[in-house]
Amino acid sequence: MSRRRHSDDSDAGQPHKRRRTSEPSEIEERLESLICRVGEKSNSSLESNLEGLAGVLEADLPNYKSKILRILCTVARLLPEKLTVYTTLVGLLNARNYNFGGEFVEAMIRQLKECLKVNMYNEAVHLVRFLSDLVNCHVIAAPSMVAMFENFVSVTQEEDVPQVRCDWYMFAFLSSLPWVGKELYEKKDAEMDRLLSQTESYLKRRQKIHVPMLQVWAADKPHPQEEYLDCLWSQIQKLKKDRWQERHILRPYLAFDSVLCEALQHNLPPFTPPPHTEDSVYPMPRVIFRMFDYTDDPEGPVMPGSHSVERFVIEENLHCIIKSHWKERKTCAAQLLSYPGNNKIPLNYHIVEVIFAELFQLPSPPHIEVMYTTLLIELCKLQPGSLPQVLAQATEMLYMRLDTMNTTCVDRFINWFSHHLSNFQFRWSWEDWSDCLTQDLEKPKPKFVREVLEKCMRLSYHQRIIDIVPASFSVLSPANPVCIYKYGDESNRSLPGYTVALCLTIAIKNKASNDEIFSILKDVPNPNQDDDDGEGFTFNPLKIEVFVQTLLHLAAKSFSHSFSALAKFHEVFKTLAESDEGKLHVLRVVYEVWKNHPQMIAVLVDKMIRTQIVDCAAVANWIFSSELAHDFTRFYIWEILHSTIRKMNKHVLKIHKELEETKARLARQHKRRDSDDDDDDDDRSTDREDGPLEEQIERLQEKVESAQSEQKNLFLVIFQRFIMLLTEHLVRCETGGIDVFTPWYKSCIERLQQIFLQHHQIIQQYMVTLENLLFTAELDHHILAVFQQFCALQA
Amino acid sequence: LLSARPGSAAMSFGGTLSILRSDSYAELSQYRDQHFRGTRYDQERLLRKSCTLYVGNLSFYTTEEQIHELFGKSGDIKKVIMGLDKVKKTACGFCFVEYYARGDAENAMRYINGTRLDDRIIRTDWDAGFKEGRQYGRGRSGGQVRDEYRQDYDAGRGGYGKIVQCQ
Repeated sequence: MSRRRHSDDSDAGQPHKRRRTSEPSEIEERLESLICRVGEKSNSSLESNLEGLAGVLEADLPNYKSKILRILCTVARLLPEKLTVYTTLVGLLNARNYNFGGEFVEAMIRQLKECLKVNMYNEAVHLVRFLSDLVNCHVIAAPSMVAMFENFVSVTQEEDVPQVRCDWYMFAFLSSLPWVGKELYEKKDAEMDRLLSQTESYLKRRQKIHVPMLQVWAADKPHPQEEYLDCLWSQIQKLKKDRWQERHILRPYLAFDSVLCEALQHNLPPFTPPPHTEDSVYPMPRVIFRMFDYTDDPEGPVMPGSHSVERFVIEENLHCIIKSHWKERKTCAAQLLSYPGNNKIPLNYHIVEVIFAELFQLPSPPHIEVMYTTLLIELCKLQPGSLPQVLAQATEMLYMRLDTMNTTCVDRFINWFSHHLSNFQFRWSWEDWSDCLTQDLEKPKPKFVREVLEKCMRLSYHQRIIDIVPASFSVLSPANPVCIYKYGDESNRSLPGYTVALCLTIAIKNKASNDEIFSILKDVPNPNQDDDDGEGFTFNPLKIEVFVQTLLHLAAKSFSHSFSALAKFHEVFKTLAESDEGKLHVLRVVYEVWKNHPQMIAVLVDKMIRTQIVDCAAVANWIFSSELAHDFTRFYIWEILHSTIRKMNKHVLKIHKELEETKARLARQHKRRDSDDDDDDDDRSTDREDGPLEEQIERLQEKVESAQSEQKNLFLVIFQRFIMLLTEHLVRCETGGIDVFTPWYKSCIERLQQIFLQHHQIIQQYMVTLENLLFTAELDHHILAVFQQFCALQA
Repeated sequence: LLSARPGSAAMSFGGTLSILRSDSYAELSQYRDQHFRGTRYDQERLLRKSCTLYVGNLSFYTTEEQIHELFGKSGDIKKVIMGLDKVKKTACGFCFVEYYARGDAENAMRYINGTRLDDRIIRTDWDAGFKEGRQYGRGRSGGQVRDEYRQDYDAGRGGYGKIVQCQ
């Protein structure tokens, strides 16, 4: 009766699953399991488990060498949080079997090259780090590792390559040093000094225009939001000053030193970084998120400083754990909480900081936002005595720093906090935030509280929100989400269209057809009578007003009622909204009726786009229209705009996919024909076979081009409107001698940034047009800076 | 059009690891709708490609709007169908949520299942697809079967179970 989940699913219904009786795959599964789970839930020490596993694998080498190689290479690439466990294992195997060690190193180099070829740069870093730690395990000779790093650093001398390419090679080098810096410096100090000095000069000359766009906070206090390479460089410099003493990383190989130092080492083959190509896509630069320091947990263990290499290693490992287990929230929470070093570092603080770092990451979080909410709830369940307090402290700190927080990040904070509260009966000490009540409502703090309360209401109901906040907060409480029907009252009977509205109401209640609606609407006069060209259907705002107001009012009960109404009278909508002005006016009326219920506006706009009553450009123009100026900085407006852009993007992808699939079908058809020796088809019949598919392809090609053109137009409209709006503000400020940086301006310019960041892949295609048409040198430098920062992201 | 995207693409070389493939929240449960017309195989095939979730343990007072807000966090919703008491035609504590994309439904299973809506822990499960008639409770009194035999008092679900109410 209950819908319980069970852990091992049966084979039922999976005809493609591999045969259970096949032995080799069973052995492979067993080997993989042994290797992946080494040290887990064991009574013996990690060291003895590793020794045991090394023995088992050594015995299996004659028969399963290639499988073992594959598994170990994959583990190196995908389980970086257990790096030193597996380098130790490889070290032990190498000590027992020199040839295997050599083959493993070769396999790793092949894998590294392949990763770089297919733009898998994050995984490539893990491979480089693994190789460097193999130096510590006496598998790889230090001088050959230094030589590889020399080749990495010399990438910074390449000409005409994107900075992000050089950045990656530099990052791969620097981020390996916490593991292997000591050993490399001991063996090759002169070479290392040279590399570090080259690093320093590269970091000094590289441009950092992109940084403001990626910072969560615009202020440097209390914690500077550093560019990731700058931060890492500071950490490595400090490490060097500390004579490369690094105490945080768990190094199981130390226990095997006597065995490992007897092993013969291999030399890495000379590694030439693959050249830059047009298809190369390097990782975007990052800004390091910091919100805590040692003063935030005075009772507990000391939090490593922001420029300590320990901080770097802890953060890297925690991020890797989330990356490994994001689909399994309980496992993820458990793995985070069992991170080693638990009593020496304030682990809860690190975990919360790393999670918020991902949640607030610009351009986008690595994983879907709702995952972080649920992960934090799981963590609270596992550590009910400590984690909720850290989370509350973090929330308080984030609130205190709202004034300089990037608008996109504030959006995410709003979503997270309201959803989190809804899981805890909305319990919060709102009075602690009563400082926001004395501020202008457009300021970040009161704005944040208003948006949070609105979102909380969406997850519950209006009266609940009134009940949970102190009376003093009523000024920030959301409006009761009721419909506003202008023809509702007898007192409105003097309004034009009032009688038609009454007529319509009765007709719709009596299940009138679209035709009947048309005939009732025929009698509505057109206030734009002079513009009437007498040809076809002209834009009649009053018709739209009367129809849309009445219908939405009748369907106000629920989303489903409204959707049914849109579907039933689709024909009327399409006709009334045929012109661009018609579409805009429909949107205006929807807003007038539902301005108290932003959620309803959003779902109606979504439905109208999907049923092609309005198009994306109309929505964009509506958002920037003067009627919406009052709501322009409200969160729901931007949710609607980004949802609209996403629909457009998905539409283009869908048609493109259809085109590719049809092309593939044609290719398969050709192939089938070519391999058919026996058939004596004459040419005419094969052409006939191809005909319909070729026609389809041609049609789809046109469809793709038209969709792409519509997509480009949408972005151009949005950018154009932003430029107009911002320029207006800047000119007004300059002539009036007032400060440009009003709350509205900060919000608006960051919303422009948000468009670039959230849709950067698509926008990259339009760079030339944007540069030549919109973001030209004549533009005010405030606006141009946003464009330049965006260009710098992949430069 | 699309730049080469890095990601979990199984490489010719290594592939992935089964411990990283684990996705228990998105798997099928043991429950199978006994009223399903078709073979077990058909049913499971539909469940595995479904974009529709059954949502249970809702309060009778939970609205379509609340459901839309919560489940919208994992992706764009195509449709919400409220479960109704067959006799009273009022909400009786369950619903169906259909997404446009299966991936979005999977994320709902991973991150919304087992969390709270209207202060109640809700449960989601794969559904083979809405068919007319499935929006009604199958209990004898018109609501859900579980509310027929419940012994406890649940203010959000009409108080005591029907069997207790009739005593």
